[in-house]
Amino acid sequence: MVTLTHYLVLGAILFSLSVFGIFMNRKNLIVMLMAIELMLLAVNMNFIAFSQFLGDTAGQIFVFFILTVAAAESAIGLAILVVLFRNLRSIAVEDLGTMKG
Amino acid sequence: MTLALFYIFAAVLVFGALRVITAKNPVHAVLWLILSFFTSACLWILLKAEFLAVSLVVIYVGAVMVLFLFVVMMLDINFEELRKGFWKFFPVAAVVAAIMMVEMVLVLTNRYAQIPGAELVEQAPTVQDLGRLIYIDYFLPFQLSAVLLLVGMIAAIGLTIRKRKNTKYQSPGEQIAVKAADRVRVLKMAADAPLEAPAAPAADAGEQKPQA
Repeated sequence: MVTLTHYLVLGAILFSLSVFGIFMNRKNLIVMLMAIELMLLAVNMNFIAFSQFLGDTAGQIFVFFILTVAAAESAIGLAILVVLFRNLRSIAVEDLGTMKG
Repeated sequence: MTLALFYIFAAVLVFGALRVITAKNPVHAVLWLILSFFTSACLWILLKAEFLAVSLVVIYVGAVMVLFLFVVMMLDINFEELRKGFWKFFPVAAVVAAIMMVEMVLVLTNRYAQIPGAELVEQAPTVQDLGRLIYIDYFLPFQLSAVLLLVGMIAAIGLTIRKRKNTKYQSPGEQIAVKAADRVRVLKMAADAPLEAPAAPAADAGEQKPQA
């Protein structure tokens, strides 16, 4: 019998792994973007689990919206990455000091 | 049976996610990410959310991951350089992630955090139910997400477009705004002039003004 807790714990593990990935790949922008995708996947997993276990379909609509936002985000992120590589010939995060932020 | 399947899929998902963040080659990382997305689609089918599972495969595995693969393979990146100091952040990363995970798991598995009567729905919502919700209750957010996708598309194209200086472009605005008077010059001439004389003016009349 799979309970709601099973899915929530799985989502929590996935989310923590993505945080771990963002920390570990501090230099590599591409893998950071992939870790963000994994994070959104963990959130979606929680949304669907709650929606199906509590019988509220609205949660699944939110998954649609998250998928939309994630798709737009990765498209723009990769476009920025391509422009960055064209200008700097590198995607290392520490080279991105132009704005002196 | 379902429990066994859940554990198998969960193990594959966690392993795939772990390989995504530790893979040496980003192409391998993208492939592991595809496996993770596919496995979570399987998990969503276990949750009776088959439409979302299929759309996850179509949107992510079919579109977003192909985009990632395209970018990773197109850019000529020195991955060895990026790999340097990978383990430098390991202690702090492991501590933060482990504390986060332990905290969340402790909260979620606590006896008092359980929601009474949380059962997997017998009759899962169909595509019809989802469509009714989207097109009636969530119609404005739906339209806004369409606008968001359009904005994302324009932004991605606008960022990566490159104007080449030596390419000749047509300018449709100028082409439309041109008038007959700018192009054709009508010359008055005598109708009964000798044959040799109009040869030069006739050629002149047919000549077009160079466009601005």
